[in-house]
Amino acid sequence: MSAGDTHVNSPEIQRLARVIEPGHSYATVTDKIASIVLTRPTSLGWLAGFSIAFTLMMVLMGSIAWLVTKGVGIWGINIPIGWGFAIVNFVWWIGIGHAGTLISAILFLLNQKWRTSINRFAEAMTLFAVACAGIFPLIHTGRPWMAYYMFPYPSTMGIWPQFRSPLIWDVFAVSTYGTVSALFWFVGLIPDLATLRDRATNKAAQIIYGMLAMGWRGSARHWHRYQSAYLLLAGLATPLVLSVHSVISFDFSIAIVPGWHTTVFPPYFVAGAIYSGFAMVLTIAIPLRKAYDLEDFITMRHLENMAKVMLATGLIVAYGYFFEFFMSLYSGNKFDVFLVQQRLHGPYSSYYYALILCNILTPQVLWFQKMRTNVAVLFVMSLVINVGMWLERFVIVVISLTRDFMPSAWGRYQPTFWDWSTFIGTLGLFVSLLFLFVRALPAISIAEMRELVHTSEDHE
Amino acid sequence: MNLPHPELYGLLGEFDSPERLMDAAKKIREAGYRRIDAFVPFPVEGLSQALGLGRKHDLVPLLTLIGGLGGGLTGFFFQVWVNMSSYPMNIAGRPLNSWPAFIPVTFELTVLGGSLFAVFGMLALNKLPQPHHPLFNVERFKRASNDKFFLCIEAHDPKFHLEETARLLQSVNAQHVTEVRDED
Repeated sequence: MSAGDTHVNSPEIQRLARVIEPGHSYATVTDKIASIVLTRPTSLGWLAGFSIAFTLMMVLMGSIAWLVTKGVGIWGINIPIGWGFAIVNFVWWIGIGHAGTLISAILFLLNQKWRTSINRFAEAMTLFAVACAGIFPLIHTGRPWMAYYMFPYPSTMGIWPQFRSPLIWDVFAVSTYGTVSALFWFVGLIPDLATLRDRATNKAAQIIYGMLAMGWRGSARHWHRYQSAYLLLAGLATPLVLSVHSVISFDFSIAIVPGWHTTVFPPYFVAGAIYSGFAMVLTIAIPLRKAYDLEDFITMRHLENMAKVMLATGLIVAYGYFFEFFMSLYSGNKFDVFLVQQRLHGPYSSYYYALILCNILTPQVLWFQKMRTNVAVLFVMSLVINVGMWLERFVIVVISLTRDFMPSAWGRYQPTFWDWSTFIGTLGLFVSLLFLFVRALPAISIAEMRELVHTSEDHE
Repeated sequence: MNLPHPELYGLLGEFDSPERLMDAAKKIREAGYRRIDAFVPFPVEGLSQALGLGRKHDLVPLLTLIGGLGGGLTGFFFQVWVNMSSYPMNIAGRPLNSWPAFIPVTFELTVLGGSLFAVFGMLALNKLPQPHHPLFNVERFKRASNDKFFLCIEAHDPKFHLEETARLLQSVNAQHVTEVRDED
């Protein structure tokens, strides 16, 4: 206490503690955020960025078209490696989505004010990441047009999905997650859509935002129910987000494959998901605040807090790696011991070392406040962690499947051009959606920012 | 119903801070008006109490509970029915009603049911979507979604009297008092 007291009032400490820069009123907050959508001209930077992303999205469309024409044989998968890139990317994308729900639901329940200016685009990121994730299991089935077989519908064949299978749990978890995230996002948007409706000067915008706002007029009676619905949704989304990556980890841990069959998987997957998700939120937030001059709203405090969350979840992930390693050796099971050797010395060991470097070693610089408040370092770090988390899923899927029990059943996995083009294509889809989102909807919740202005006035 | 002005919806007072609005709402309630509502750009703590809205106005939690229980029970018993009656499959002699394996789907459907009921219940109770409302005829009302705080006394209120009510709104420091009309 006493050591810190002398510093509490220093301008530097105050600067780092602010969730909104001083001097804002309800009207300036509204103007600033709504103008990005309504009045700001489309910049060349936006057009250039969107064109690149859209081109990559077309690569995705082309890759899927070729896949549907030729079948999954165009990918590098073959028995014994049936999963490959499709599942690696699926798990990676779903994990990224988790930070959005964590920010919007869990930090809301914990009454963390710093969530306010980042929750909207983080939730959008969740939706777009789930959209990218959903593509992979669908096309990995080989016959995506038969995907409705996974849903329990009364068929003339008289059969039902196998409800004891984690793959069916996945269908329910991911589709519920997508639906609830969309609802949560939309409910949060309603008051802001009304603001855009009231401020738009162009007829088409008035009609579109007007329809989406559904006649919201900010009645106290409406707000009353709105707030309880929002709180309840946050309460429901919190266990949901923890369940989704747990269910995805069951896809692995319920199988008996060495390296997968461990009880540490659900918490370790959830921590990894939040880790990669916060990295992606930073990857988006840093250019966004720069491009649209939102430094007043997405302050250093936000960036630093996100860095702290990354550091904490990164340590949980490190703990998971350590115990995975330790339990394999401690079990004495020769297949598990062999798996550890494969990770350290096998054909894919370079991926394993790269993973340790990206996910465990480099993020340790975040212990230092100088690093946490350096935007360039944070941006690089967020990219490193994104890569690291992708490598983690690659290591889990590929090393275990290539060398499981019988040497006669071993194999190798080499991703093909189409594996890469599909993966890069989903990055294009994700970024395209983000670009459109920033131009069409308020990237920061205006109503919540006004509330923040109100409460920060009270304290002064 | 004393409606000397059939197209009149009510009187709208404008305030520039939530505190002034709350203060005015309390005074207007004390003056005996009951059909009043406030329109604000963000949720203001204590406003529902100032307007005299009790817990009974909020059925959203109950609907959410019903949705959640409904989703969960349907999900669980559906799986039991599928596995025990509709399509029993003996897998390695394990029991047909292997209920622990049904929990993930049951959980997901609980959350799904609760969320759908919370959102659509909230919208239905708020009578949204509602494309037309007399308040939208007031030009200044656009700022209810920006930086102004409004209080509306509806013409249905038994105590409503055009001149007196307008005077009352002015006496509680409303900056502008506007008549809201439902013109078609």
